[in-house]
Amino acid sequence: MLGRSAWGIFWMARYLERAENTARLLDAGFRMALTRGNTVASDEWRSVLVTLGMDDGYTGDMSGPAITNWLLRGAGNSGSVLSMMEAARTNARMVRTAITREVWEVTNESWMQLQSLLAKPVKEADLGHVLDVIRRQATSVRGAMEGTMLRNDIFNFARIGTHLERADNTARILDVKYHVLLPSAAWVGSRLDNAQWEMVLRSVAGERAFRWLHAGALDPKGIAQFLILDGRFPRSLTYCLRKLTSNMEWLCRDYHQETAAYRMQKEASDRLGKTTITDIFEHGLHEFITEFLATNRLVADAIAADYRFTE
Amino acid sequence: MPSTTISSYDEMLDAEGNVRPAYAGYREWYEAQSPKWLEKQGKNAEDVFRRTGITFNVYGEDAGQERLIPFDMIPRIITADEWKKLSRGIDQRVRALNAFLHDLYHKREIVKAGKLPERLLAQNEAFLPEMVGFTPPGGVYTHIVGIDLVRTGPDDFMVLEDNARTPSGVSYMLENRETMMAMFPDLFTKVAVQPVSDYPRALARSLAACAPPAAQGSDRPVLAVLTPGIYNSAYYEHAFLADQMGAELVEAADLRVVDGRVCMRTTRGWRAIDVLYRRVDDNFLDPLTYNPDSMLGVAGIMDVYRSGGITIANAPGTGIADDKAIYSFMPEIVEFYTGEKPILKNVPTWRCSEADALAYVLDHLPELVVKEVHGSGGYGMLIGPTSSKGEIAAFEKKLRANPDNYIAQPTLSLSTVPIFTKAGLAPRHVDLRPFVLVSPHGINITPGGLTRVALKKGSLVVNSSQGGGTKDSWVLAE
Repeated sequence: MLGRSAWGIFWMARYLERAENTARLLDAGFRMALTRGNTVASDEWRSVLVTLGMDDGYTGDMSGPAITNWLLRGAGNSGSVLSMMEAARTNARMVRTAITREVWEVTNESWMQLQSLLAKPVKEADLGHVLDVIRRQATSVRGAMEGTMLRNDIFNFARIGTHLERADNTARILDVKYHVLLPSAAWVGSRLDNAQWEMVLRSVAGERAFRWLHAGALDPKGIAQFLILDGRFPRSLTYCLRKLTSNMEWLCRDYHQETAAYRMQKEASDRLGKTTITDIFEHGLHEFITEFLATNRLVADAIAADYRFTE
Repeated sequence: MPSTTISSYDEMLDAEGNVRPAYAGYREWYEAQSPKWLEKQGKNAEDVFRRTGITFNVYGEDAGQERLIPFDMIPRIITADEWKKLSRGIDQRVRALNAFLHDLYHKREIVKAGKLPERLLAQNEAFLPEMVGFTPPGGVYTHIVGIDLVRTGPDDFMVLEDNARTPSGVSYMLENRETMMAMFPDLFTKVAVQPVSDYPRALARSLAACAPPAAQGSDRPVLAVLTPGIYNSAYYEHAFLADQMGAELVEAADLRVVDGRVCMRTTRGWRAIDVLYRRVDDNFLDPLTYNPDSMLGVAGIMDVYRSGGITIANAPGTGIADDKAIYSFMPEIVEFYTGEKPILKNVPTWRCSEADALAYVLDHLPELVVKEVHGSGGYGMLIGPTSSKGEIAAFEKKLRANPDNYIAQPTLSLSTVPIFTKAGLAPRHVDLRPFVLVSPHGINITPGGLTRVALKKGSLVVNSSQGGGTKDSWVLAE
């Protein structure tokens, strides 16, 4: 396959994943705003911006409607859901011959639907619906990929994009929220805390899974362990790294060439496999996340170079 | 828009309003459908086109916008017998075109025989000196040809234009059929239509049969489609054809000459391409040989080509056959190379380079269509009957200043085929572009082609860039 196509499908998958993650974060923030006071809500909105790395570019007020509209459809905001869906669609169009008709159509349709849905500012009353549509779209594209695409290098590049982006997202959420998960925080156990924890879980669609695994009990260490180390949860760091490693391993096998990026990735994944949550807290949750994000970036760059994404 | 005051030939109904045999089966089916339901299906079809992304990009005002070419659900129908005769004529014409191109770049027998004035070649930009003395792999110049036909009577098909450069529109031929079959499956069980779906496979086979010496007889030569990129007006078609052929869709940025071959940058390294179906014009193909600013081509590809390292389809320099001054000599060209009388007629053409013709044209501008010899796409032309006095006067000035640059033709009364409107069926003018594949093993003509239709009542302009639509084109099974 063309290096440019690998690059295109990798980014198509990343943009789709990022659009979905943004919608989940907005959903969690929205819920927080509905159930808590204004001050808490505006703190939450700020942390949503920080998590997405978009606090610098944002100049509007810290109200829910302003921020949600900026993140969904802000003019000139290249990180908005609409821009990302457009970027995903442009990439899909560029790699049209590398994806199936189903994958292309559902991506194209999603973009068309979103364009009309986000043609005007979204009212608070419609926000739930809009976010729901975005999540469904992500699910449809994933379904089309899983159901129709050949399991070849093209597919693996797409999955690598998805897992890298997802790992990044979960890690960034943890990075912004790590303080509420620290056992040393003074106000552990307050009502606000519970809400914060639930927000973290909701933003990675993990609230149900966590409840189910922990019989409804919320505790910060448990949540951190769940999001970082529970290999059963598809948005945990361990899960993403394992998948990433296996996608990369697949490529090395198929190409008869073990790359430096793969060795780095395998090592990171193996290391995480031997780590306990106590280790992480002792080392420092924030430090752990910072290192994790840095390795992720290195791997992404190495993949682009190894597989000639650009000249 | 030109209005048809002269009555034109309607392909569905005869002068008494009786349904012609070609449409008998379809009409019977049509009468049994509810107009409301048909209207709904028409809307559905549009949604399908949007969803699949069958769009063309617009240049100019709404640059970057993707538009749909309107699709009309009433098929254009040709009988098996009509088609047989047409395809004999097309076959003959395309054989002559290839022989002509070969002669043009070699001995120029036709000029020596006094059948074609040399000046038409000498001053022609589409003529490429790099091609002189070189024979493309397999001896094929025009791997893909689109012949634009118009009909003026029951037995009168005429060639309006030859498209030997990079004819487009074949994806619409294929998608229109797919859409019709999806919308009206029962219709195709009632009326037997010759299939078109084999085109992409035939194209791949045909291109593979022209592999260059460097492919060393490989039974699966590496094919690639070269596109200017996603913002090109025909990008959808480029992607569609590459996809259907299982070929890579490459852009200039993917290509480079490595060790005497044109290679594409793959995830595994540089990989040589054997046959390149390029959808990029000659003058952008190689910045070393032609336009040095071209970002769409590959530096050095012409050298690789000439040394047998790659096949370029269509061959560089074939564009000269699209020239309208050359066109006017097609009857002579066909006869010269095939030794037969041309089966398909040309539209009568005045060459303004000739004094008598120019005098006639200047006297009759309000009733003629005047075209630039190198123009295409319906631009830069005068349609006398619909132009104002001022427009005609302005055009006359240009014509007098540079008569060699123009040809003139009568305003033809193109045949009509009904389109679907809310008020029922209504006749509109059409043309037809059959697609022809040439390989060393012979000529393959897909039954049917692309019917373009002027959607505005009375209009004779069928170009999609100017408000034309398309129709599924049927050739009935024997």
